[in-house]
Amino acid sequence: MKKLFILPLTAIALFAFSPSTNDVIEPGKKLPAVNIKDMAGNPINTAEVTNDGNPIVISFWATWCKPCKLELNTIAEEYDVWQEETGVKLIAVSVDDQKTTNTVEPVVNAAGWEYDIWMDPNGDFKRALGVNFVPHTFLLDGEGNIVYSHNNFVPGDEEVLYEHVKEVSVK
Amino acid sequence: MKKILLTLFLGAFVAFGQQEGLSVTGNVESTFQYLNEDTLIGAKQPAEKAVLNNYALVNFTYKNFKAGTRFESYLPHLLGYPDRYSGSGIGYRYAGYSTEQLDFTVGNFYEQFGNGMIFRSYEQRQLGIDNCMDGLNLRFRPVPGFEIKTVYGRMRYSFTNGGLVNDPGIVRGFDGYIDLANFYNLLAESKFKLGFGGSFISKYQKANHAQYYMPQNVGSYGGRIDMKYSKFFMNAEYIIKENDPSVDNGFIYNNGHAAYVNVGYTQKGLGVILYAKSIDNMSFRTDPNAILTDLNINFNPALTKSHTENLAATLYPYATQPVGEVAFQADVFYKIPKETKIGGKYGTEINVNFATSYRPVRHVSEQHGIDLADSSRVVYKTGLFEKSDSLYYRDINIEIKRTLNKKWKVGAKYFHFNFNNNVNVVSKDAHGMIACHIGVIDVQYKINKKHSIRMELQGLWTNGDSSLVSRGSGSNTSSYYVVNQRDKGDWFTFLLEYNISPKFYFAVMDQYNYGNPVESKRVHYLIGTAGYIFGSSRISVLYGKQREGIFCIGGVCRTVPATNGLTITFTTSF
Repeated sequence: MKKLFILPLTAIALFAFSPSTNDVIEPGKKLPAVNIKDMAGNPINTAEVTNDGNPIVISFWATWCKPCKLELNTIAEEYDVWQEETGVKLIAVSVDDQKTTNTVEPVVNAAGWEYDIWMDPNGDFKRALGVNFVPHTFLLDGEGNIVYSHNNFVPGDEEVLYEHVKEVSVK
Repeated sequence: MKKILLTLFLGAFVAFGQQEGLSVTGNVESTFQYLNEDTLIGAKQPAEKAVLNNYALVNFTYKNFKAGTRFESYLPHLLGYPDRYSGSGIGYRYAGYSTEQLDFTVGNFYEQFGNGMIFRSYEQRQLGIDNCMDGLNLRFRPVPGFEIKTVYGRMRYSFTNGGLVNDPGIVRGFDGYIDLANFYNLLAESKFKLGFGGSFISKYQKANHAQYYMPQNVGSYGGRIDMKYSKFFMNAEYIIKENDPSVDNGFIYNNGHAAYVNVGYTQKGLGVILYAKSIDNMSFRTDPNAILTDLNINFNPALTKSHTENLAATLYPYATQPVGEVAFQADVFYKIPKETKIGGKYGTEINVNFATSYRPVRHVSEQHGIDLADSSRVVYKTGLFEKSDSLYYRDINIEIKRTLNKKWKVGAKYFHFNFNNNVNVVSKDAHGMIACHIGVIDVQYKINKKHSIRMELQGLWTNGDSSLVSRGSGSNTSSYYVVNQRDKGDWFTFLLEYNISPKFYFAVMDQYNYGNPVESKRVHYLIGTAGYIFGSSRISVLYGKQREGIFCIGGVCRTVPATNGLTITFTTSF
């Protein structure tokens, strides 16, 4: 029985000190395939997302999450420029549950966000990607490899994210 | 033997890991607390002095196959978790197969039908809620726009001595949904969109009661419809639950109902939604004797805004009354356009929210066909949206947020609550209806590219009667409140955050109960916290006093005890 402890503890130690927990993830890791829906109700297979070879930002958020909305509002101010310069597309994945999921569309429209919005009310995509808390942001290069991830948002983080977007942009 | 098999199984996956196409994802979360005794705020120190919760989730996918497991350990569990949680081991494991048409999962799974009012299994770790299913889950999509889901299994009750404990009851059911926009592209080109579905859930329970006959199988069923025309939308669901005597309803044989409707309008810069909900006798658990947040088959979303500001979120949070309530909500989101006189350079966001909830009417007279003397134990009748004047909750709040320039962002928020503490008990000090005003000011300043400061000032003021009555005489005199709408009196919260992007944050918060009617209870709850973020990992350290209270996420609440001490949390995802 005692041996069983050792396993998770070793796992934690391994992850805490392994280099893979640095900002930049080793290439080759892609989005897992999960069937969810977008805001209009159209089916989405998360593994099949593409952006004509340009980078994609996946941002997990919720309508009740203040730093999430701060992140999406901050990026929204620069989004035109980002798209023009790098061709990047942002997909905001709402993890709102049924209490607030119907407010997602009004919140998105009122804020005037031009992002693609995916709905993950059952947390299937969130669990498959190992997301603990929102906001959590992933960057995919043109081939769909996850190249950067960040679990937090404070002002200035958007500039770090954009530096990484520019690195993988082919434009 | 099982453990050896599991190790082999994981080993096999790791061996496959060298191959193309295998993906491993997951996360780790670890929370450690060292607790001090603090009699002033009622914080207890457990015998072990320190507590530790750990979770490690690993998902493997290879082509269409998927499998995963979650290790958990409670050494011992954090305060506020049920005492039955103990030990280390596997609390969640599944294997399955997934294509565009079919998802097949054996073992543990989370699933939801419709709005969840008939069935929802989910994990809310911060609240200690996990009613994960253990059995079979199928999701079948034979053609685009048509989905059938089935669930069959037992529900997680506990994690004891390092092992998953499921309730003996069985939950099974199915759900079908047709979305006509995608179904043979029937409405693909139309401005009108329509989707509808139906659900059925049945539980089997081995229940006995000394006095009453207990049904072994209880069914619940209902339907839903989603419509959209241009910028207007409407969603509605109606669920009926058959007789289900339980501790929650006092072992009555009434059927229950849950009805939910929202209508709204949304365009760029504006969103309006109106909600209505009618709930009666909708507590639905796999064990009729279960209480608190245990073994819920369904989920009754509260029609309130999920407040996140310290005072509004922790002092008077409202949770749905599954026994019965009639509730309404209105939510308006508006953005005054940017580059206008009133809107300013970046625009101004406004959100107005109104939520209210009442006790339903219950007819108990003979003219409504109720005979309390008969053996039916159908003890009242009620209708859809039949509300009484008895108020459970009312919340009016308005928020204004504005970006002044590249450096400054400001926000202000006002709340007014009327809170029926006799129905939704959040305070032992209050009696009757608590009324309070809350004001919040939030200022953020970006010093340079990496450094920023955020400050929040919050005040809460209660008003109303508080009649202290004394009884007895001499040394036997005791005082108690007949009405106490002032509860713990007035509060003030100050929060200061310093952020260094993208790696560090530091914060101090003081929650001060300066207006408590009892002078010795005018306590400062002071907390200091710091965090270090590296990519998808985070370590945070927190030291200070936290008051006992109700901790809520998404309208589900749990009471947490007062704590005084050190908390270290580590999370990572990979």
